Amino acid sequence: MTEEETMLADSARGFLDENAPVKQLRDLRDAGKTFDRALWQEMAKMGWAGILVPEDHGGSDMGHAAAGILAREMGKTLVASPFLSSAVIAATALRQVSDSRAQEALSAIASGEVTYALAVDEGPKFSPEKTEMSATRDGNSFRLNGEKTFVVDGALADRLLVLAKTDAGLTLFDLPAGRNGITRNHKGMIDSRDAARITFDNVEATGEDVLGNVDQAMKVLQPALEAGQAALAAEMSGVAAGAFGMTVGYLKERKQFGVLIGQFQALQHRAADLWCHTEVTASAVAHAGRMLDEDPENASLAVSLAKARATDTAKRAVIEGVQMHGGIGMTDDFDMGFYMKRARVAAEWLGDYGYHAEKIAKIRGL
Amino acid sequence: MAQMAQDQSAFRMELRSWLEANCPAEMRDGNSSRDHTCWGGRNWVFESEAQETWLNRCIEKGFTVPTWPKAYGGAGMNRAEEKIWHEELARIEARRPLDSFGIWMLGPALLHFGTEEQKKKYLLPIARGEIRWCQGYSEPGAGSDLASVQTKCEDKGDHWLVNGQKIWTSYADKADAIFALVRSDREAKKHLGITFLLIDMETPGVSTRPIKLISGMSPFCETFFDNVEVPKEDEDGISSVVGTINRGWDVAKYLLTHERSMISAIGSGTGGMRPLAQVLTDDGAELDPILRAAAIKAEIDSLATGLTLERYKDMAEAGQGVGDASAMLKYVGTELNKDRHELMMAASGSDALEWDGPYGSRPADWLRTKANSIEGGTSEVMLSIVSRRVLGLPG
Ligand SMILES: Cc1cc2nc3c(=O)[nH]c(=O)nc-3n(C[C@H](O)[C@H](O)[C@H](O)COP(=O)(O)OP(=O)(O)OC[C@H]3O[C@@H](n4cnc5c(N)ncnc54)[C@H](O)[C@@H]3O)c2cc1C
Ligand SMILES: Cc1cc2nc3c(=O)[nH]c(=O)nc-3n(C[C@H](O)[C@H](O)[C@H](O)COP(=O)(O)OP(=O)(O)OC[C@H]3O[C@@H](n4cnc5c(N)ncnc54)[C@H](O)[C@@H]3O)c2cc1C
Repeated sequence: MTEEETMLADSARGFLDENAPVKQLRDLRDAGKTFDRALWQEMAKMGWAGILVPEDHGGSDMGHAAAGILAREMGKTLVASPFLSSAVIAATALRQVSDSRAQEALSAIASGEVTYALAVDEGPKFSPEKTEMSATRDGNSFRLNGEKTFVVDGALADRLLVLAKTDAGLTLFDLPAGRNGITRNHKGMIDSRDAARITFDNVEATGEDVLGNVDQAMKVLQPALEAGQAALAAEMSGVAAGAFGMTVGYLKERKQFGVLIGQFQALQHRAADLWCHTEVTASAVAHAGRMLDEDPENASLAVSLAKARATDTAKRAVIEGVQMHGGIGMTDDFDMGFYMKRARVAAEWLGDYGYHAEKIAKIRGL
Repeated sequence: MAQMAQDQSAFRMELRSWLEANCPAEMRDGNSSRDHTCWGGRNWVFESEAQETWLNRCIEKGFTVPTWPKAYGGAGMNRAEEKIWHEELARIEARRPLDSFGIWMLGPALLHFGTEEQKKKYLLPIARGEIRWCQGYSEPGAGSDLASVQTKCEDKGDHWLVNGQKIWTSYADKADAIFALVRSDREAKKHLGITFLLIDMETPGVSTRPIKLISGMSPFCETFFDNVEVPKEDEDGISSVVGTINRGWDVAKYLLTHERSMISAIGSGTGGMRPLAQVLTDDGAELDPILRAAAIKAEIDSLATGLTLERYKDMAEAGQGVGDASAMLKYVGTELNKDRHELMMAASGSDALEWDGPYGSRPADWLRTKANSIEGGTSEVMLSIVSRRVLGLPG
């Protein structure tokens, strides 16, 4: 990490420890909520909501590596915020488009006033290429029909980026969530975060609502997905680090057989192996952020590598985390379960291990 | 930044054209499955004229030890330049001109602990491939518990008298000299009575006996010291001890961090290693889905491990020592290399079961990799180092 990156991480950590420890997520859950708008406003004030928004539009424009650093810190304490959906994915999509409407939308993201969600999935697995939802021409406009699943941050978002099939390809629409015909079913998710199934019943969309060009969604969406995948990988590396930190702490504090359990080599070596795993993943995550900043056209391999590795590492960290805590690791009063559940949701979001492994295989010629 | 990038690309172009002009065509088979390592040394016999030419041209430019200072035979490259050098070598699949324990292990230790006179005396011949060193650490009773070495070293006024036995000494029978850990104080705590001593293999009383490995090769030996008199100083007054007497453990450990980082490189996707995909599908071999899935995972892990190695090298250059994390690099890199070779054997099926069959040294290489997680400190020892020193778990 560069000195600036370390400073950013430290200041984020300071803020989050104070304002968004794991207890904050627990309190939200216990109150039946998934999102704290006031907290998001605070983050926006610090420039986090606009981290990928140009300075001309009120952003702090710090780039993807920096976004990854914030995401990692948020992951460590499981911060529930629309950071990935709005500040990373939507902002990156909007940046691909130069019209004035997109620029206003970027300003609204940076200020924290407007949040976005990405509506791509239609089944249990991420595969944007296989989108079936239709957007049929109706005079000068389109009619959208179909259902989107696993729309992360979708129940509360102000706007939705919706991927749908048009005549000769896929098109990305940028719609207000309250548009006629949109029904959002908020789903209680295992990670206590916001997500919805959303149905589109003859929803009208005009040319104005198209982000980028008709039939060419991927031009706008691909960079946005890659940005989101890299930042999500960073968040997961933070989830792993958070769970691992608790585990190592417990090994130094819990006694059985008259000694600290951290003295048992059976646990020491597993903890050490896990640390090695997290270090290797941290390299892949940092590399993905750097590639998106420096050579975005060629970042696909780095991004998929980061997401695949982070998925694997987070999974191991939470499984070992529960196991090494013994009985207490299984209790709801204890935070480890929150890490385990977030790791599982993040594993599926924006492509699971298999999805990214397959991409890597193609690029590497396997 | 822009200036730096420009300088680097000029540097790359310069290397590229130098390589074009100077790397003999026969030396551009760096990925061959045959072992063509050039070890150098007093008795080295070049396998071809091209090998000799290639070495000499590199020596002239300091390219055998690119990061060493020019005064000691290096090219004085920084990290970024060294990376470019390796990339350019890989680009034309050039062989490394010279490999040796002097380059990997003794050199870095001397650069750190040696006196100016020792550096002048020992580094240049290493850089020029004129001397071949071997590593005398392990003993029959001191493997993982290396600080228990018992080879006796007594002070006899003008010389040290050495008696004892080393084992697993790689290439001891081919080496000109050995850097050995010897016990110089039997009363002190075990870490505080060890000296790091340089011994010429031609000294009377030094003998070796080769040990055959499971791969059929016999690259390591038992090494015996029978009343070996090692002069304390040479005719120019240069000491045969590196570092301080009885504090050889500091030198030994420092050297091990280098050795471990070096070993770790073999299993990661760096140094111009071909993608596993290419290796596995050589000759159009078809992978079954289960093998393919395992290969993809290994490829993912190799790529990420390669990035980790680079990251730690960058940290080392920025002055943040790699230190105990070299244990992590060694552990991850060697376990991965074993996986890669298991996959290669599986992909080539029964064709790779013949010694020197269609896949050349593949079976011998596969067997050799099993030592990666033993030599230089076992995987278990690496995990213990991480556990104690990095994670601070109780001992
Ligand atoms: C769902 C559930 C139901 C249960 N039901 C019952 C029940 O009905 N009745 C009942 O009496 N108990 C019950 N238990 C308790 C269960 O038996 C204990 O949780 C279990 O024995 C572990 O003890 P612990 O939780 O104190 O963990 P600890 O003993 O503190 O272990 C913590 C970690 O250290 C490891 N460890 C401990 N000692 C060593 C060692 N010497 N070497 C290596 N590793 C070591 C453990 O494997 C574990 O990973 C239940 C637990 C759960 C989760
Ligand atoms: C191909 C090859 C080349 C070598 N070259 C050299 C060389 O040039 N010079 C040199 O000096 N040495 C060399 N070695 C020796 C090498 O460094 C030792 O083999 C190694 O340090 C292990 O020591 P050992 O063989 O005595 O095994 P042991 O230490 O006896 O270990 C046996 C097993 O017990 C495990 N073990 C030991 N202690 C612990 C512990 N505390 N906790 C958990 N598990 C433990 C080990 O991990 C291993 O699995 C070479 C070895 C090989 C295989």
